[in-house]
Amino acid sequence: MIEIISVIIGFLMILFALMAIESKKMLNSIIFLSITSLLSVVEFVIMKAPDVAITQAVIGSGLMTSLFVFTLMFMKKSGEN
Amino acid sequence: MKKFISALLTFAIAFFVFSLLFESQNLFPKYGEKDLNSTVSRRYVDKSVDENRPYPETGSANIVTSIVVNYRSFDTLGEITVLFVSALGVSLLLNIGGERLKFRIKPNFILRAGVRIITGIILIVGIYIFIHGHLTPGGGFPGGAMIASSILLMYLSDDNFKEKMNTFNILEGTSGILIIVLGLIGLFVFNSFLYNFLPSGKIGELFSAGLTPILYVLIGLKVGSELSNIIGDFLSEGEKA
Repeated sequence: MIEIISVIIGFLMILFALMAIESKKMLNSIIFLSITSLLSVVEFVIMKAPDVAITQAVIGSGLMTSLFVFTLMFMKKSGEN
Repeated sequence: MKKFISALLTFAIAFFVFSLLFESQNLFPKYGEKDLNSTVSRRYVDKSVDENRPYPETGSANIVTSIVVNYRSFDTLGEITVLFVSALGVSLLLNIGGERLKFRIKPNFILRAGVRIITGIILIVGIYIFIHGHLTPGGGFPGGAMIASSILLMYLSDDNFKEKMNTFNILEGTSGILIIVLGLIGLFVFNSFLYNFLPSGKIGELFSAGLTPILYVLIGLKVGSELSNIIGDFLSEGEKA
């Protein structure tokens, strides 16, 4: 059972990483990256590594996402491409 | 065409990795079937957690913490130094001391009221995580990052909020100096840097594991103030007033 869940989570991680690359809007790709790292937190918990999971949840999916969003809010629009 | 080449490269790497992982069973055994008795990690596991022994060597209930802060504490000191150097580089390269950048979107009432409630909770959870680092998962680095994220929330909600830079600088410097002093006491009195010279009490109590909780509190304070300084530098970038 737990193997099936971990395989599904792995495929979802690959899917969201590809969507983060391919999405046109910057904000969407930041959100997809955040979802990818959240799924990796679940994967770490399944592999019984709670220390790594907490660090990933706090830094990878919390602090990094908010820093990216802040940087995006400060950027000025100059041209459409 | 570019996508086709990148997909081809990805599949080639995936083929090599999978063929290495699945065909040579000696290099990578299946997950959870590794025999820990045959490797060096068994020694660390034996020395860390054992309820039958009254005085274990490290005394911390978390094996990862006992390895990171006891056996590999010099390595942890190096990690903190890397973070310190990056914070120094950010504050040197960005022309700080200017006006604080303002968001184009005004923070509304719900955001301001919510942040006032949530910031305290996040701060308390972060401090809890690095105080209990030797008992529960987590430690100095996640706790410090939590403190920095609460400072980030304060920046988001209040348009005129500007942290007192001097306070964070003093906190960072003091905790760094204390870590070095504790290490030098171990070096000169007990012949090894950051030696665990305090008694390692009973497993599971807050005041146990000797020097480990003290070091983790210092690491948490240092990491939290460094990350908060980096965030403050980023948000006060710009021309000097």
